[in-house]
Amino acid sequence: MTAASPATGSGVAGLRRGISTLLYRHSTLFLLLLLAPPLTWLGIVYLGSLLALLLQSFFYIDEFTGQVVREFSLRTYVELLTGAANLDIILRTVTMAATVTVAAAAIGFPIAYYMARYATGRTKALFYLGVMLPLWSSYLVRVYAWKLLLAREGVISWAFDKAYLGWFLDAVLALPVIGGSSLSVSYIGMFLVFTYIWLPFMILPIQAALERVPPSLIEASGDLGARPNETFRRVILPLALPGVVAGSIFTFSLTLGDYIIPYVIGTSRFFIGQAVYIHQGTAGNVPLAAAFSVVPIVIIGIYLAIARRLGAFDAL
Amino acid sequence: MRSKGIRAPWTLKLAALAGLAFLHVPMAAIILYAFTTETKSYQFPPPGLTLHWFAVAWERQDIWDALALSARVGTVATAIALVLGTLAAAAMQRSRFFGRETVTLLIILPIALPGIVTGIALRAAINLIDLPFSFWTIVIGHATFCVVVVYNNVLARLRRTSGSLIEASMDLGADGVQTFRYVVLPNIATALLAGGMLAFALSFDEVIVTTFTAGQQTTLPIWMLTELVRPRQRPVTNVVAVFVIAVTFVPILVAYYLTRGTETVSGSGK
Repeated sequence: MTAASPATGSGVAGLRRGISTLLYRHSTLFLLLLLAPPLTWLGIVYLGSLLALLLQSFFYIDEFTGQVVREFSLRTYVELLTGAANLDIILRTVTMAATVTVAAAAIGFPIAYYMARYATGRTKALFYLGVMLPLWSSYLVRVYAWKLLLAREGVISWAFDKAYLGWFLDAVLALPVIGGSSLSVSYIGMFLVFTYIWLPFMILPIQAALERVPPSLIEASGDLGARPNETFRRVILPLALPGVVAGSIFTFSLTLGDYIIPYVIGTSRFFIGQAVYIHQGTAGNVPLAAAFSVVPIVIIGIYLAIARRLGAFDAL
Repeated sequence: MRSKGIRAPWTLKLAALAGLAFLHVPMAAIILYAFTTETKSYQFPPPGLTLHWFAVAWERQDIWDALALSARVGTVATAIALVLGTLAAAAMQRSRFFGRETVTLLIILPIALPGIVTGIALRAAINLIDLPFSFWTIVIGHATFCVVVVYNNVLARLRRTSGSLIEASMDLGADGVQTFRYVVLPNIATALLAGGMLAFALSFDEVIVTTFTAGQQTTLPIWMLTELVRPRQRPVTNVVAVFVIAVTFVPILVAYYLTRGTETVSGSGK
């Protein structure tokens, strides 16, 4: 549409043409029209809600009446950050999120690497579907599946017994802190479930990053005398790093905010998500719940800032 | 970075296959347990197999009600997400503008931040403006995080579609509506369908945000969560779990086949 064609024709068709021309010439106007509905929705519903959340976190509970006082105050934050129990919850959640992220990267990398470098045709499609299906299929059902596997009389115990390794499982469960009376009420079990659930979120960005490594680069590295594992360490790994970081954003953030898994599998010790849920629900302390949920936002904000430096957003 | 003609080291192959198995064995367990005759515990191997629980689940009205609510919420939320996501993708594809990264961030944020944050934020807002819980409070939450799914699918497709197609269409005398109908829409149709199906699967399965916006209403995932925490009839829950797996697998497989190999959309020569 290069020629300056004035609105020709008549009636509806002419009007439509006129509008099309107008929009084409004034691309900023067109852009604004396109962006207006999604931005209004996300701006009002989502940012509005986040602001409401932030606002609530500055309210506080009157100790005598138990009512929420709608006045600006830092009291709730002081309560959050001086309570030893609350700090424990935050530390526990961050530790779990970090451990899960490392494990997911360790398990996910070989899969992504195989998919990107070696798998072709049918195998590749199979792997791709194999990663996509768990990613999109029911989160709750997959958590539930682990309840079956981890139960005292469940599949894992049975497998260990059949392999005459029941003593080993008992020894692991007898360990302090990470053990428990059965896998389904221990940190080990919770760690397994978290890793399982978020693993596809780690694989896909790594695979995407690896796919973008030009084969000529690998050949060049070999031609210049690098042995395969040197090429891997000094060419492939640095180029895959943004993918790993992108994946870690998901695994880390999703673990930080989850409350279903610690609720269904795991001990009675709280994670951030549960604390938020309990405080807003049965405890009725919405300000404290709001302040609690600001914690993962801040942690993830810091994490995203670092990730951006490492170029992770290009690998999303 | 395909390496042609080079075989993968067997350790790598083993690690990759083991990882894949780790992702799928639990699913197999759930399917097996739907047929077990044991009702009190999760005993493995199951003492016997039966189809009895499928019949029991079929008769349960509470399951049907939860299913109906989930289906309705998913449909409406997907419809909203389709419109908003496509508009956003079209805008982001067309141009570089000031604040573009901020807009991207805003679209991604609902899934980048943990569900609990989105959930409690919506709850805080509902609380602040004294909105009663209803069908629509659930839909609002779901549509918000479904937008990004549609957006990603459509944006990926638009990037592969050459802009010159649109200019050619308009040069040949089509107006905006015609160009959209006959040039843009056929190009992005499968991406829309794929995005819509994934958005539906996401909504159908969502539990964390829903617990904050549903009030006393029970969607299918909320029904399951209640059963998980306080089991009443374990085998019935197993049957529902298998049903949910089946329902979410279909859209995912369809979406996969729809978006597969679209690098070569006819005429897109880019």
